[in-house]
Amino acid sequence: MRWGVLQFPGSCDERDALRACTLSGDKVRLVWHEERDLDGIDAVVIPGGFSYGDYLRAGAIARFSPAMEAVGEFAAAGGPVLGICNGFQVLCEAGLLPGALLLNEDLRFHCRQLDLIEESTTTVHLSTPESAQVDSRTLSIPAKHGEGRYYAPDEMLDGLEANGQVAYRYAPGQNPNGSARDIAGVRNAAGNVLGLMPHPEHAVDPLTGSTDGLRVFQAVAGNPA
Amino acid sequence: MPRARVLIRPKEGILDPQGKAVERALPALGFEGIEHVRIGRMVELEAEDPARLAELCEKLLANPLIEDYEIEQLDGAA
Repeated sequence: MRWGVLQFPGSCDERDALRACTLSGDKVRLVWHEERDLDGIDAVVIPGGFSYGDYLRAGAIARFSPAMEAVGEFAAAGGPVLGICNGFQVLCEAGLLPGALLLNEDLRFHCRQLDLIEESTTTVHLSTPESAQVDSRTLSIPAKHGEGRYYAPDEMLDGLEANGQVAYRYAPGQNPNGSARDIAGVRNAAGNVLGLMPHPEHAVDPLTGSTDGLRVFQAVAGNPA
Repeated sequence: MPRARVLIRPKEGILDPQGKAVERALPALGFEGIEHVRIGRMVELEAEDPARLAELCEKLLANPLIEDYEIEQLDGAA
């Protein structure tokens, strides 16, 4: 298993993402935003940060990069893609995930450890058979963002819930940004593209209090813990 | 080149916390009776082919899921 972690001008969490992939027991390399070649890469991470300064709207410019064109083709062919924070914003802007991320309801940047409820269908993506479904779990993972309010029109939200595309929700009372229906992360209809605002790559070492983030990487890789 | 101005605003019904924050600050400055403040963006540009501006808005300048846009053609004098 070899991961590719995208790096845009303004990315800032790509090193932690590299480490998370390594700790998952996999190989990994950085993919510069001007690269178009994902040969030999089995799964892609779009990391957090402020790609291209987040000018215009977060993720709006990054989606036009050569690397994102390649990711679009990779995802269309069923390749697993994980977008974290800014990566989630990029995937929404690129139309690879439904919805959009808006300014936090209270206009504040929030940085805190919080509990995420993993919906029972989270690990069904990719090659994981239905039998690998697990019961809901709570993950302790930090979130840090100013534009993380998940929004989609009500009919779209109903569809996401009906299709099991809501991957993660903030635990009751812990929604930091006013996201619709406490949604913290969603998947595409095919299940191979996953995006979430909190940062699993910052929760991979007991030193920082939680290793629950590894579970997210393992789920994307098709090897639920 | 013909000049144009694009106005982009949050769609009706979408919470605009920036507008709310400004609205809440106004009474303290002595501005009473102002409500429904909404904050958007304005983009000024010159376009060789103004017919393509709508496409540009759909693809980049606005996110049609959350924003409405309006294209205003200006005088056309370069």
